[in-house]
Amino acid sequence: MQLTVDGKTYDLDVEGEMPLLWVLRDEIGIKGVKYGCGVAACGACTVHIDGEAVRSCQVAAEDVWGAVTTINGLGSPEALHAVQAAWVTHQVAQCGYCQSGQMMQAAALLAEVAAPSDSEIDEAMRGNLCRCGTYPRIRAAVKTAAKTLAEG
Amino acid sequence: MGKVKTIARRSFLIGSAAIAGGVAFGVWRYKTPYANPLEGGLRAGEAALTPYVKIDATGVTLITPRADKGQGAYHVQAALIAEELDVDLEAVKIDPGPPDRAYWNTALAPEVAEFSAPQEGFVRDALTGVLSSVMKFAGLQITGGSTTVPDGFVKLRAAGASARETLKLAAAARLGVEASALRTEAGRVIAPDGTALTYEELAADVAKMKPVQDVALRAPEGWRYLGKPMQRLDILAKSTGTQAYGIDFEIEGMAHAAVKLAPAQGGGLLSYDASAALAMRGVRGAYAVSGGVAVVADNTWRAFQAAEAVEAEWRASAMPASMEDHWAALEAAFVPSHQDSRVRDYGDVDAAMVDGALVTADYRAPYLAHAPLEPVSACVRVGEDGVDVWTGTQIPRFVQANVAKIAGVEAAQVRVHVLMMGGSFGHRLEDDVVRQAAEVAVQMRGVPVKLTYSRETDMAHDYTRQIAMAKMRGTVKDGRVEAYDLSIAMPSVVVSQMGRQGLSVPGPDSQIVAGAFEQPFAIPHHRVTGYRADPLAPLSSWRSVGASTNGFFYNLGLEELIEAAGADPLEERLRLVSDPLAKQVLEAVGEMSGWDGPRMGARRGRGVAMTRSFGVHCAEVVEVRDTDAGLVIDKVYVAAEVGRVLDPVSFENQVQGGVVFGLGHAMNCEITYENGVAEQQNFDSFEGMRLSQCPEIVVRGLENGTSVRGVGEPPVPPAAPALAAAIHAATGVRLREMPFSKFVEFAG
Repeated sequence: MQLTVDGKTYDLDVEGEMPLLWVLRDEIGIKGVKYGCGVAACGACTVHIDGEAVRSCQVAAEDVWGAVTTINGLGSPEALHAVQAAWVTHQVAQCGYCQSGQMMQAAALLAEVAAPSDSEIDEAMRGNLCRCGTYPRIRAAVKTAAKTLAEG
Repeated sequence: MGKVKTIARRSFLIGSAAIAGGVAFGVWRYKTPYANPLEGGLRAGEAALTPYVKIDATGVTLITPRADKGQGAYHVQAALIAEELDVDLEAVKIDPGPPDRAYWNTALAPEVAEFSAPQEGFVRDALTGVLSSVMKFAGLQITGGSTTVPDGFVKLRAAGASARETLKLAAAARLGVEASALRTEAGRVIAPDGTALTYEELAADVAKMKPVQDVALRAPEGWRYLGKPMQRLDILAKSTGTQAYGIDFEIEGMAHAAVKLAPAQGGGLLSYDASAALAMRGVRGAYAVSGGVAVVADNTWRAFQAAEAVEAEWRASAMPASMEDHWAALEAAFVPSHQDSRVRDYGDVDAAMVDGALVTADYRAPYLAHAPLEPVSACVRVGEDGVDVWTGTQIPRFVQANVAKIAGVEAAQVRVHVLMMGGSFGHRLEDDVVRQAAEVAVQMRGVPVKLTYSRETDMAHDYTRQIAMAKMRGTVKDGRVEAYDLSIAMPSVVVSQMGRQGLSVPGPDSQIVAGAFEQPFAIPHHRVTGYRADPLAPLSSWRSVGASTNGFFYNLGLEELIEAAGADPLEERLRLVSDPLAKQVLEAVGEMSGWDGPRMGARRGRGVAMTRSFGVHCAEVVEVRDTDAGLVIDKVYVAAEVGRVLDPVSFENQVQGGVVFGLGHAMNCEITYENGVAEQQNFDSFEGMRLSQCPEIVVRGLENGTSVRGVGEPPVPPAAPALAAAIHAATGVRLREMPFSKFVEFAG
């Protein structure tokens, strides 16, 4: 099986039903993608497939329909994506464990809606659980990122 | 050691020790009067050095022994040291430190210097102001009870100051100038002529010197890091998916394990058949472990799948069959034979109860899971040269002792490597996952075995927050609260939790009444009684511990009495409040929220609550709107008295998070047990607050007091009662039991 992840192609020998989450974490070694619930109830494992935000715990390896982007491919400490830069500016993270998923969800939202309203942010982000309660900062960071992207 | 007696009365001493290629500064800890089973090897008068600063040829390392679960503990500890040491936080290494006794137990050198900071009275206040049970925790290098800041505020700065002054003396000797002519900056000692010596260059000299005593700590006006917004050191990694957590740990040759545990809490394994599991791809073995069976595979998912495939027969749980039985056990505890404490008993409560109309109510709070988003994991390798443990834990010294027992080695042969934690809320005060990983690792010697819990295992086998019940009665007179009698029943969390570490805790449990018995209100006739229920489900400390339930009970009871008196909830609290710091907190939250009564127009209302917990008075006003889609929480105002806000950004984030935690669980979370089996095992049935439900949260830290406090827990207790009061104001519905979603509907 072949998967393209963060711009690199991997030849993999895995069961077709292995969730993409575990292929990424344990077979390819991309640890930025997080396991939180395994049942699409927390959003920690969110990645993009062809730009669409999906829960990687619910996508079987054999069903991956396009190029996968993870938090580690979205940007890096040396070259931050606008969403990551906003997360740094607002110091969003506490434990930080959910934030990979939050940022991937936010990046997908902003790719689709350049200047989302409060209710559009609420709707897009409500599936991403943060047990530390960083929601006020997530909201502010999404707006900052939208502004940065709009300014190009 | 004639000096010891004098010294022992002081809070702590700064000391130093030579290490390979350099020097370490830290705090000496003596054998204490408490029996500490982990310090059996320490004779009276001997001490262990807890190092905070390490300097050798490779650089400066700041050691931050309190665990970081997301509350920014590593950063604030490092900033406290750096403030006095004059190093740039970006240029030093930060190390969470090993369990101290393993590496740092050393006989006390007779010439150890006594540190006598001029703020001694302040030190005493800061260190002894917290509950004694919390202090016992602190001695065991446990992170909990919001003690990181109070414990470290003086110690860490003192270690930095002592190291700095000693480095100056070493530089003075080398350069032939007076130490007083030297200054320090960015990890260097600088002479008047501009000559600079790095701390690294001076490390070997300093190792031979006595640490400087009598260093005055810098006044807050001169602080460079503290009190100002700081960029937390872990923010970049946590914003780019590059922060490694315990669950991400990997090492050459590592095997992945998963467990299938007895479905019922307290159940156990009778027999098992792993043949189906062993036939699955990548599976290497199956082993009986405490509470169930572990399966070892070459990938986490394969281990999860194989664990599911294990067939087993389980022992039944000793827990009551239904939740009705749990509640009945609490109900049965309100009798003299179960009375645990009655610390507050003012006036003549019994006499006051016959005067006027008696107000009574019963309150309930459910079991709750800790459920940090990162499920627990631990990697253990039993090697020829000792045992390594890699895990995110708040109790490294218990872990060390417990793994040593399982592996049959001395504790000193167990190296505990503390990893970053994806949340905790008290969850990582337990170490079942480490013990089970060790039980497998001893059977696979040389192989690092990483055990990861599935979310379902993590939630179903959590040692939960206590279930609790309270009974209120009281009277009012002339529009005022006259008498308030609150009785609280719960099993002992401390006994359950410490019992799993083989420790017995004698005497009354302060947590049964914490958040109620010490509240700052001068009600003429006032009593708080704790009743200890018989053990039910196993329990552990959940963010704010006893106060998480009792802050709810206490404020609700007061609220209902104020309503009966026809008084304003904020005005009556201000009239009754007996502590000037608490009064300022109430005034602040009233001013912030523009308080002019609970009703805010049609279908809108606000509620106020205040709880003193962990030495912090924290008051909250919650605003609620009743809409056709359900209840919406619009806004929350929080004021907390913490003495000093060390990092305003981290402070605000912590307080907001505490409010979300308190509100979210009050809204919709509970763990219920059917024959000991948890009926909620994932976030689909234990949801908490979602972003779309999160109010705007306005935070103010007050700095009127002299004691510096941590703020991880205090915002939690007042959130639920303030929400209940707001819902009452908006809808007329009086909520007396959590979660509120059993009685009202929240917008999604």
